[in-house]
Amino acid sequence: MRYETERTRRRGHADTATDTLARGLGIFSIALGIAEIAAPRALARVLGMKGQEGLIAGYGVREIATGIGILASKDPTPWIWGRVAGDGLDLATLATALEGRNPKKGNVGIAMAAVAGVTALDVYCAQTLSRESPHPLPPMQDYSDRTGYPGGIERSHGAARDFEVPRDFRTPEAMRPYTQPEPPRHPQPSM
Amino acid sequence: MKALVWHGTTDIRCDSVPDPQIEHPRDAIIKVTSCAICGSDLHLYDHFMPGMKSGDIMGHETMGEVVEVGSESKGKLKVGDRVVIPFTIICGECDQCKRGNFSVCERTNRNGHIAAKAFGHATAGLFGYTHLTGGYAGGQAEYLRVPFADATHIKVPSTLSDEQLLFLSDIFPTGWQAAVQCDIEPTDTVAIWGAGPVGQMAIRSAILLGAKQVIAIDRVPERLDMARAGGAITINFDEESVIERLNELTNGKGPEKCIDAVGMEAHAAGTVDAMYDRVKQATMMETDRPHVLREMAYVCRPAGTLSVPGVYGGLLDKIPFGAIMNKGLTIRTGQTHVNRWTDDLLRRIEEGQIDPSFVITHTVGLDEGPDMYKIFRDKQDGCIKVVLKP
Repeated sequence: MRYETERTRRRGHADTATDTLARGLGIFSIALGIAEIAAPRALARVLGMKGQEGLIAGYGVREIATGIGILASKDPTPWIWGRVAGDGLDLATLATALEGRNPKKGNVGIAMAAVAGVTALDVYCAQTLSRESPHPLPPMQDYSDRTGYPGGIERSHGAARDFEVPRDFRTPEAMRPYTQPEPPRHPQPSM
Repeated sequence: MKALVWHGTTDIRCDSVPDPQIEHPRDAIIKVTSCAICGSDLHLYDHFMPGMKSGDIMGHETMGEVVEVGSESKGKLKVGDRVVIPFTIICGECDQCKRGNFSVCERTNRNGHIAAKAFGHATAGLFGYTHLTGGYAGGQAEYLRVPFADATHIKVPSTLSDEQLLFLSDIFPTGWQAAVQCDIEPTDTVAIWGAGPVGQMAIRSAILLGAKQVIAIDRVPERLDMARAGGAITINFDEESVIERLNELTNGKGPEKCIDAVGMEAHAAGTVDAMYDRVKQATMMETDRPHVLREMAYVCRPAGTLSVPGVYGGLLDKIPFGAIMNKGLTIRTGQTHVNRWTDDLLRRIEEGQIDPSFVITHTVGLDEGPDMYKIFRDKQDGCIKVVLKP
């Protein structure tokens, strides 16, 4: 969730469902990327794309970078749009595997359907984030008078110094180094 | 009666349920006049705490008027008494209660065997807070059955309003105990992570106890605004480095006392450890997100104290125990021993040292409770504390 900050006075959207979706897509991106880097040969075999292992691993790096971007940034919107672009690339790459005599065309079709489903989620998430980000939200509530001290802070500051901290809550003497008097210096040996 | 009932993740409804009955001679029934939604209720709302069952009544910050008293509570309570109900259910007689360690009462958790499996030993029964803590019905309702009522109550005077008194049930003594755990000295800087309701009470408690400097860390503008009103210097962790700023405010030495008023659901977008926690939690390899604990251990001044009122539920990863050990830090934590502090705190409210009602931002009827859970969780509409009026 993004919030108005005192420096920018910008106020972000308050739709946590979309933020949760964005985070989920970020985690998915990292998980998929790890799978692509860890097992490019197996993926190439399943999809009938032998010889493209390097490309698959490269896509894995892209997925991980995008996932980290989504999870690490204050505004994941551009990173989600980045996923949409990556989805297009994935679909185009998979489409090449439908050409010729690939015996795994069925698997490629399933993969394309799955990518299309995720693409739909990515597009929805990116559009929602883009639509909401610039929306001005209601002005910030002013709580500057909510002190909690009926007689003022000066009167209350230290008013409970009379409180005797129970024995079992006290800091051991040896752990009170800051307010104790300086320990006496050892006498210097005479020369 | 009407009550806020948990049905599943983010699914709380205002349902009609049977009125509570006296089940034991030590019980009492109170008619609830005010109750509140607590930050720790959100751990149930989001279902981060295990042990909830569909149909459980929520709520552990409750006050009201006694309407029925069991035979064994009659010496201590009578119909018409005005009481605040502490969130910890206490027997007042066991070894721990006699020592004032009420939150680990040995007798009130009727599901103690489950808690013992999770934690090694049973802890006290709590109102409306999972079956690990007894599965007792909570107080976000029109009526509440109070078990062990002869001990589990705080009698309050009619001269003060519900709003001034209600938070004796939890957040005020919780913030107070967090500060007392720091054993604050006049030269101390106290840094408080989280400026939600408990954080706000911890700020005021640290000021009352005479800390030299109080620093509050959050990112929600309204919470930071309220923290400044309470006398704290604020750090917005979305805008600046917490560690750099804390070192700057303490001449590079770090705060002597650090309070974690955040707990298991830390939000720290942009840090490597926060991402790590998110991934591990999403893959069910970690229950809690302990970013604040890590940051406190790193920045706290050597020989300082970490006070942890924030709720944690299970297993935490990558805790820098090397820093804790080598810097000789003291960690103090625990659920709040509410009744240990309330006589003193009630006196301070009566004397005008503090008025806890400052924290209330929303007051609504019980039927609006489910919506307020979402608003409170999402920190919308400047929401910091919700009071419900059944």
